[in-house]
Amino acid sequence: MEETPHDCPGTGSAQAGRGSACQGCPNQQLCASGAGAVPDPAIEEIKEKMKTVKHKILVLSGKGGVGKSTFSAHLAHALAEDENTQVALLDIDICGPSIPKMMGLEGEQVHQSGSGWSPVFLEDNLGVMSVGFLLSSPDDAVIWRGPKKNGMIKQFLRDVDWGEVDYLIVDTPPGTSDEHLSVIQYLAAAHIDGAVVITTPQEVSLQDVRKEINFCHKVKLPIIGVVENMSGFICPKCKKESQIFAPTTGGAEVMCQDLKIPLLGKVPLDPHIGKSCDEGRSFLIDVPDSPATLAYRSIIQRIQEFCSLHQPKEERTSLAPETQQNVLDESSPS
Amino acid sequence: MEASAESGNLAGVRHIILILSGKGGVGKSTISTELALALRHMGKKVGILDVDLCGPSIPRMLRAQGRAVHQCDGGWVPVFVDQEQSVSLMSVGFLLEKPDEAVVWRGPKKNALIKQFVSDVAWGQLDYLVVDTPPGTSDEHMAALDALRPYSPLGAVVVTTPQAVSVGDVRRELTFCRKTGLRVIGIVENMSGFVCPHCTECTNVFSRGGGEELAKHAGVPFLGSVPLDPELTRCLEEGRDFIQEFPQSPAFHALSAIAQKILKETPA
Repeated sequence: MEETPHDCPGTGSAQAGRGSACQGCPNQQLCASGAGAVPDPAIEEIKEKMKTVKHKILVLSGKGGVGKSTFSAHLAHALAEDENTQVALLDIDICGPSIPKMMGLEGEQVHQSGSGWSPVFLEDNLGVMSVGFLLSSPDDAVIWRGPKKNGMIKQFLRDVDWGEVDYLIVDTPPGTSDEHLSVIQYLAAAHIDGAVVITTPQEVSLQDVRKEINFCHKVKLPIIGVVENMSGFICPKCKKESQIFAPTTGGAEVMCQDLKIPLLGKVPLDPHIGKSCDEGRSFLIDVPDSPATLAYRSIIQRIQEFCSLHQPKEERTSLAPETQQNVLDESSPS
Repeated sequence: MEASAESGNLAGVRHIILILSGKGGVGKSTISTELALALRHMGKKVGILDVDLCGPSIPRMLRAQGRAVHQCDGGWVPVFVDQEQSVSLMSVGFLLEKPDEAVVWRGPKKNALIKQFVSDVAWGQLDYLVVDTPPGTSDEHMAALDALRPYSPLGAVVVTTPQAVSVGDVRRELTFCRKTGLRVIGIVENMSGFVCPHCTECTNVFSRGGGEELAKHAGVPFLGSVPLDPELTRCLEEGRDFIQEFPQSPAFHALSAIAQKILKETPA
């Protein structure tokens, strides 16, 4: 199982089990029978599970260390400030989970109940799930290849008892690989509102982020918009601005114009952000008047507007009385 | 089944160093590039193997983007980034038709390409091969390490930034090294402190001291801290040689001290 043959046509393709590379493969019969082409039953189960989740937002970036987790954490904090909004934060960075530390939940454990894993609750209306809660020590490394990571993500989506949720925020690892494909595949039937793409201003970061945007197009994932993080630094002493990560090619602004996608805003570097994250607190509450807080709040408002304008169609149809009646008819024993 | 250390394309490579970090965006590619350039300025022949398949940064940092890889009898010819041919580079970036193309691959496909990168690139004679990796402890890392093991790599340089959130991920990377039997040459703390160009006040943008503390805690050598320097970022953006152009910058001193320490590890 370790290696896929070099020219493997893929288990889902019409050539499965019939290609020249399939000769001698231990799975040839299984593939040829068409069993591999059947969609994972988990996709339907997850769709059912996600019926109680109104909005699903992915936080993505091709580049690492640009602030995906910081943004995810603060989006969750800000949305949960309204106590009538139920927020769920899911961390699918399996090898480098940062969310537990940033939310001040390091060392917490997940509890098993009759209806699945219970998320760890920071507030009554803010539940968090991460592989970090399943490790016994902060030194534990999750040295897993793709399939095992995918299994974990499936469990997070299917087996966690999220309850009624207004916003599910999914924080992802950098790149365009197993974790990303899996989460999008598993949520395919459940409707994802869209992705927020995070970048920093320099070209070395933008070149990876363009790949991520291409990835979104390839998998038909709507892009809510781009956030430029670490955009300029104001010296706490002389209050003058300098560009630590200079936008040598125009930064996210020019990239967004070129690719015709919305720029949600720019968040300046503020040393307090890192400090609040290290201490597991909300920077938005800690430093309410920082320019970075104002930038965050305006970006988060735009995301909320996007989500309320893009209500899933299914929700409306399922509310139609005749549809409900059909469901009732089918489930009634007579 | 594995090629023995005597044969194969890595036979002429004297020392193999992996650059690792559990965290993304801490400067693995920056340290790989600058370490390679620093070693070059010390008269060494250096190769860089970029196994970050989803986000290859090195071609841009060495102004080699858009160059093509050619085939020869011995395999793929790496791209030479200087006239003297003392720095050579292999990256998935050279195999893409369009620079913005996303490599949307799951693990097994990535593993196959990394195996090929290790076995099929005709590096020739090198003093050092620097292997730049993506963040994490997953497919790419296991594949690269499995393929390189017959050539007994010297060890890993682990990069972190000072803040606790990053150090947390890097602790996991050290566990990876221990579990896989890869020696840790040392830890580098990157982005530690920013000197305001207007008033020279030093601000610890991402806190300070996390890397050194981690090294002490884990009982591995601390190689040094590299301060945030906008000139360094700019050089990498434009693919210029920072080591040559800014010998007075504090980041330069930090980088060359790290290269010196690695040289000392490897007697000629």
